[in-house]
Amino acid sequence: MVAVACLALALVAAPASAQRFGAESFTLGNGMQLAVVPNHRVPAVVQMVWYKLGAADDPLGKSGIAHFLEHLMFKGTAANPPGAFAASIARNGGRDNAFTTQDYTVYHETIARDRLDLVMRLEADRMTGLVLDDKVVLPERDVVLEERRMRIDNEPAALLAEQLRATLFLHHPYRNPTIGWVNEIRLLGTKDALASYRKWYAPNNAILVIAGDVDSAEVRPLAELYFGSIPPQTLPARVRVEEPQHYAAARLEMKSARAAQPQWNRSYLAPSYRAGEMAQACPLQVLAEILGGGAGSRLYKSLVLDRGLALSAGTYYSPSTIDLAIFGLHATPKPGVSVADLEAAIDDELRRLVRDGVDPDELRRAKERMQAASVYARDSLSGPANIIGAALAIGQGLDEVEAWPERIGAVTAAEIDNAARSVLVERNSATGVLLPEPTS
Amino acid sequence: MHRSVLALLLLLWAPGAGAMTIERVTSPGGIEAWLVEDHTLPVVSIRFAFPGGAALDPPGKAGLAAMALSLLDEGAGPYDTAAFKTRLEDLAANLRFTAGRDEVGGSLRSLKANLSEAAGLLRAALSSPRFEPAAIERVRGEFVASLSQQAHSPRALSDRLWMRDAFEDHPYGENVDGTPTSVSAITREDLVGFAGQRLRRAGLVIGAVGDLNADELAALIDQVFGALSAVGDETAVAETKPAENGGVLITRRPVPQSAVSFGQIGPKRDDPNWYAARLVNDVLGGGGFRGRLMREIREKRGLAYGVSTELVSFRHAGLILGSVATENARVAQSIALIRAEWRRMRDEGPSQAELDLAKDFLIGSFPLSLDTSARVAALLVEIQFENLGIDYLDRRATLFGAVTLDQAKRVAHNLLDPDGLSFAVVGDPADLTPTRIVPDPGL
Repeated sequence: MVAVACLALALVAAPASAQRFGAESFTLGNGMQLAVVPNHRVPAVVQMVWYKLGAADDPLGKSGIAHFLEHLMFKGTAANPPGAFAASIARNGGRDNAFTTQDYTVYHETIARDRLDLVMRLEADRMTGLVLDDKVVLPERDVVLEERRMRIDNEPAALLAEQLRATLFLHHPYRNPTIGWVNEIRLLGTKDALASYRKWYAPNNAILVIAGDVDSAEVRPLAELYFGSIPPQTLPARVRVEEPQHYAAARLEMKSARAAQPQWNRSYLAPSYRAGEMAQACPLQVLAEILGGGAGSRLYKSLVLDRGLALSAGTYYSPSTIDLAIFGLHATPKPGVSVADLEAAIDDELRRLVRDGVDPDELRRAKERMQAASVYARDSLSGPANIIGAALAIGQGLDEVEAWPERIGAVTAAEIDNAARSVLVERNSATGVLLPEPTS
Repeated sequence: MHRSVLALLLLLWAPGAGAMTIERVTSPGGIEAWLVEDHTLPVVSIRFAFPGGAALDPPGKAGLAAMALSLLDEGAGPYDTAAFKTRLEDLAANLRFTAGRDEVGGSLRSLKANLSEAAGLLRAALSSPRFEPAAIERVRGEFVASLSQQAHSPRALSDRLWMRDAFEDHPYGENVDGTPTSVSAITREDLVGFAGQRLRRAGLVIGAVGDLNADELAALIDQVFGALSAVGDETAVAETKPAENGGVLITRRPVPQSAVSFGQIGPKRDDPNWYAARLVNDVLGGGGFRGRLMREIREKRGLAYGVSTELVSFRHAGLILGSVATENARVAQSIALIRAEWRRMRDEGPSQAELDLAKDFLIGSFPLSLDTSARVAALLVEIQFENLGIDYLDRRATLFGAVTLDQAKRVAHNLLDPDGLSFAVVGDPADLTPTRIVPDPGL
């Protein structure tokens, strides 16, 4: 027993001093950033190209254009006509995909380590060579509308979440959905996509992350060869309006015959790694873990296990955004329990937290779990590449990523108490209630 | 005791890559497990499966296996629910139990330093689950709520509707999680009986990956599984085939997009034509942009975000299952295209170029997918459960590579039945003639 306890302590301490991912970063001559993350467990590599262009950069009236452009990037170039890109990756046993968030657009491939030059060549080619016309663009717009129907329009809870976000942010573009509003998606066209592409897709607005069974000595010359030869271009200023002061809490209630059961959500405007009181970001991550991180968390214990008021309860908080983040709470009432009673019980827990703070034991346990999660994060090829790419794309340094376990380990109860008091403020919140409606 | 461990080593070479060694480990207590050692991280993943799943749920009690598995970590041995979950969290270990139609099982991921204690919790969950009445009622409530969610989700509902119609008189037609009625009928005695009767060592398969050696694994599997009965459970499930009636079922729901599930008979995993069928399936309904359905439905016409098909191999039935979702006004077009492509593939088979691409992808992508210890552990369990042989990874590329164009065409011709292919649609489709309307599926 004693031996095991000592080992556990040693292990928790280890990641704090060690390099977490052992990543290196460089800047190519044309301004393109490169990060290399060695991982020699499988003879494979992941390539990710992160463009610093997201939905929050969509021009007024063109919501969804960053995401639409992501779809259109698969439509081919002069050198690689439609279908050639996907076919040559598949022929080499690779997989590729892409995703868009509010802050960035990402293209990624997983392939055998000795085919890295292939995916570099393909990705570099479509950084400048995209060919679009209405014949391929218009059917793809229908694909995006079907994607929206599947993810959002067919799902009442997703529709409410979308409206809640638009209510929480009064002015900042994070209020718009990444996929875009239906009425605006319908009007997006070839010209809009090419305008965004020409303005923003350039090496000096991109980050290349290569993770896997390679090292930087091998990757750098390849990166210089394929990406380093692309000329940089003058980038427009990235204009993000600032969210003004909030004076009133928002509340939305949506009734839907398509909803299975009531659901309760609340979002608070919160600092991120890059906006607001940035020093509160790590304390808020620990707070989210203590309050709603799992079956041992305060909300789950109190609402689900002890008081039997909820079927589920938890928190979400991701500070990896350029502008303000969201600290969220969610719960589903048990049948027969009113949303009002559930909400009152959650508010009791929040008041207790703000009044009494967190106790040293739950703080220590939460920190240990989070540091263990950072060990588990290395048990995958794409996990570290994602973490590092996202950090660089929002303007964090590699040192911040590598030091995260140490920073989490250093979070104090006083920091959490302060963060809780300044973030869990009613006027900075939006509460959404989904209610089923009997079919008539 | 460590010296009595029997280890059989086998080298498996991933194409163009390094080796992965699978060791067959037999514990002093006589329990076998397969091991892939990997000491690059202080992490261990264990996965295991017991034969016999939801298909053995007694009539009227569908959901028994799933509910029993969900309750294993809700209190066991000396721990009540909160104590068990808190202990697990403090060890930063991840423990999951799942029920399938033909097997029940679980996985444990732990830091090496905490492995012994985490294994103790797993042992308690498997051999002395408490099934406390309060936990049963809470989990029952979660099941009923989740079933209600599924009944309101067009995608989940179309899948369930299709399965029930295809397996009308067979337990495969039942939902693994049951129905609100069947879940309400499950008693504590049923759950206790399930654990005693079904969590047994006979037929148990185990895969372990990560920072441990054969001696450590041998001790661990005796610790975890040693208390379980070694005697097998003889209950059997009948062989069956899904109905191929060419039907179009519709359940009307006021949603903008219709969810469609479709399928027909497919090969079982031990069918000698399985490899050819897997390649034909990739050409027809493969993911990415390889599949013909993806090209016709998404690329050319923008009718869906995704459309794909897969071979689903149950122990006692094989299927080809697919899904698509299209706005109500155009969903009839998606369905007509699927039938047309089904017919074209039956009549003409794949081209040589298509077959080659499918082979290259299925052979080349496989080793790249094994990048997490959990995925490798899952593969070790699958190879054992499906009796593919410990040298399977050695032979896999050849099994796909040896399929000829003639064979692929013949398998496509014999397998695909465009007129028998049946559809279940949930939404408000326009211009689609149903063979049957199912107003309230009662699911």
